[in-house]
Amino acid sequence: MTALLRTEGVSKAFGGVQALSDCSIEVEQGSIAGLIGPNGSGKTTLFNMITGYGRVDSGDVYLNDTKITGLAPDKVFALGIGRTFQLTRVFSRLTVMENMIVAAHHQERSGQAGRLRNPFARAGGAATRQRAMELLEFTGIAKLAGDRAETLSYGQRKLLELSYVLIADPEIILLDEPAGGVNPTLIGTITERIRELNRQGTTFLIVEHNMEFVMGLCDRVTVLDYGNAVVSGPPDVIRNDRRVLDAYLGTAEEDDDSSAA
Amino acid sequence: MRPAVIWRAAGLAVLLAVVALVPLGNNVVVTQVGVLVLLYVGATVAWNIFSGFTGYISLGAAVFFGVGVYTVALITKHLNLTGGVVFALYPLGGLVAAAVAVPFGLIALRVRRHTFVVVTIAVFFIFQLMASNFSWTGGAIGIIPPYLNWNAATVWNPFYYTALLIAVVAIVLAWGIWGSRFGLQLRAIRDDEDRARGLGVKTMRVKLTAFVISGFIIGTLGGLYFYYQADALPQYAFNPFFDLTIALMAFLGGFGTLTGPIVGALLLEPYLGWAQQAVSNTYAAEVVLGALFLIVIIFLPRGILPTVGEKLTAARASRQRRAAERAAGPPPGSPVGATPAGSAAGGAS
Amino acid sequence: MGTFLRAITDGVLQGGVYGLMAVGLTLIFGVLDIINIAQGILVVLGAYLSYVLWTHLHIDVFVGLLITIPAMFLLGVAIQYLFIRPLRGRERTSMSLLACYSVAIIIEGILYQVFGSNYLSINNYWNSPRAEFKIFGYYLPYIYVLGFVLAVVLVVAIYLMLYRTQFGRSVRATMQDHTAARLVGISVNRVAALTFGIGVGVTAVGGMVFGELNAINPNTGYDLISRLLAIVILGGMGSIGGALAASVFVITLASLVDVYWNPEWSTVVFYGALVLVLVFRPQGLFGRKEARAQ
Repeated sequence: MTALLRTEGVSKAFGGVQALSDCSIEVEQGSIAGLIGPNGSGKTTLFNMITGYGRVDSGDVYLNDTKITGLAPDKVFALGIGRTFQLTRVFSRLTVMENMIVAAHHQERSGQAGRLRNPFARAGGAATRQRAMELLEFTGIAKLAGDRAETLSYGQRKLLELSYVLIADPEIILLDEPAGGVNPTLIGTITERIRELNRQGTTFLIVEHNMEFVMGLCDRVTVLDYGNAVVSGPPDVIRNDRRVLDAYLGTAEEDDDSSAA
Repeated sequence: MRPAVIWRAAGLAVLLAVVALVPLGNNVVVTQVGVLVLLYVGATVAWNIFSGFTGYISLGAAVFFGVGVYTVALITKHLNLTGGVVFALYPLGGLVAAAVAVPFGLIALRVRRHTFVVVTIAVFFIFQLMASNFSWTGGAIGIIPPYLNWNAATVWNPFYYTALLIAVVAIVLAWGIWGSRFGLQLRAIRDDEDRARGLGVKTMRVKLTAFVISGFIIGTLGGLYFYYQADALPQYAFNPFFDLTIALMAFLGGFGTLTGPIVGALLLEPYLGWAQQAVSNTYAAEVVLGALFLIVIIFLPRGILPTVGEKLTAARASRQRRAAERAAGPPPGSPVGATPAGSAAGGAS
Repeated sequence: MGTFLRAITDGVLQGGVYGLMAVGLTLIFGVLDIINIAQGILVVLGAYLSYVLWTHLHIDVFVGLLITIPAMFLLGVAIQYLFIRPLRGRERTSMSLLACYSVAIIIEGILYQVFGSNYLSINNYWNSPRAEFKIFGYYLPYIYVLGFVLAVVLVVAIYLMLYRTQFGRSVRATMQDHTAARLVGISVNRVAALTFGIGVGVTAVGGMVFGELNAINPNTGYDLISRLLAIVILGGMGSIGGALAASVFVITLASLVDVYWNPEWSTVVFYGALVLVLVFRPQGLFGRKEARAQ
């Protein structure tokens, strides 16, 4: 299995803070990969570097062995990397359907490359709307299609973000804390949807703090600590690895003499 | 077609007919004020196409207006044109204004929203000062048109109909843009520009297009104004109150909505026009304008129509809730009765 | 050569005074994140207040500062409390700017009503021919030097306040992050109101000096704000040191433009420079980079 997405030695500092330090990770095609680590370990920063929301200080990002380091977010999105945000970013004043149409925009464009498009054409052709509705039904928020995004609950907004990222048919989706602040039932729904999409061929890279969620869903988990990938492997191995405990809890020798594990 | 749409279309047709018939009442003063009212309707709608939809508040619309005024002024002066043909020149004012909008927009739209306001103010003052100081713009004396021998009783009529035409064009444009992909992109930019850009929206191109369209319409209105006033003076062609007035009208009626600018202009301009005639003291007008603006943005930030709309929705929701409570009988211990239409109450968040 | 030196000296000394007003403006931006576009007309108001105190009450302008500074301070607090604080919603920063603009034209209108559009000057000892130093054959009015000294003293006072007092710490914390400041118990509303007050209070001094040196009329606010904005933006919004450095630079430049070219154009030059800096180096020379999306 080839690595669909990988980073090689990515480093990034913000002022005096080294957010990422020689960070190298790999995501296999068709897998669901997890990215965990204590707060401040650089997970969201890594996402930002991959998706173009910021420039790396050094290192590279590769998609299918093509270097995509430093590309702008829209280019990254067009290449097939979708991404959601920790604090959901949806277009509040637009309706759910309109949110979907905006994201589908580049799809429509590439389908009609070279033709002079009528800028005053109605937003979202029939095909787009149909696909949008299918996706909204898949994520379970179809009945909210005509509501303004700002009236959605937090969990519903997460689903909307997932939906509109999906409409671009990405190869890989980066999810930033999809289960954060969401009730257990909805987490179950999200887990199911991710599995279903994965069965259909979409690769996932998920940042999460919810260990149950990550360990139950991911094929492989990478642990970041102080901006560096310290260990990577299947969930059971990671769960018991000393280095992971160190990363989250600090080294045992710093406490009293009795060893922890 | 749904009955609601038919009613609305019929209502608009009636409104249009009424408006079109005003000059036939042969009241010169009313027609004269009417020209200004229509001018402001057109200008506010045009301003809203850019500022309302994208959320970038511009206080530089007067740049386009003034450019339109001076363009037509200079052309007619040098070509010494008289007669009705001058009306055909107004769009030229619009074109020059649109041409100015391109570099103006390319520069100004690179910065954040509230810095953008400052840039538009700065550019506005640059233009005003240039108009006052260049000799070819007539400096402080300005430019007056060649002598026009128009019939005093009906002189305002062609202005009225032209302004009406421009206003209608602006409204139709705004309406067309609103539901189009272009319009959706503009509105997405207003909500989260970075996210929109990340999803592939060509934000600079989209913003600039709206800016240029807005400039074209306002510039055309400027051309009209030159003949309406029969002079081009720096402080009136490039008038900071013009910017504030149309911003106020847009906010009053509902910033960023379709009908808001129209309502705002229709409500405010007759009053302002009358006030200007009755109270020849422009300084008091300044104070009133500023005060009105403060009142609107503090108490009616979303404008009259949306606020009224919300109050009505909330009132309706609470009526429904009370009706449902009465129908359900004594509550079985739970504090709140069921609301039949969840989304109605959900809107009042 | 003499003219050049004179232009430079004038520029530096006046630059100090403008620097004080620019510090006020940049402080307001730093804490409240808004550009107080009314600062120009507020300086003019300060000038008119000094004028009234002298012309009608025969209170010396320096003594009068004891009245005008608190008065302008209170006005600033009132403006923030009444017109800025109630603004809510996502477009708060743009709306705040519109609010400041509205306040500016209200003040301008009132000034026109009360004083008319004629140019007025403060005629007192300070701008009489006797009140000058004679150095190397040049006449340097006392007011230039005293105004400069006063401005420096106040800037130092503000600096000390910011870095040595509890209140100053609250101000700096609020400048960094409103939410974090609230979490540690700082009343952001109070800090905002007081900062706005300080930012406006300094215009009393600027206004006094301006009124002494120039004939005033309500329209002069536009020229003033063009310079102040150019200064603050060049120096970097939110940077006090930047505001000072930039003001000396900008005003000296203004002085040279006035002398060697044409005073009519100086305002255009400033607005033009303003646009260029905003577009190509929006953080100015020393300012922090804008991080927020809106």
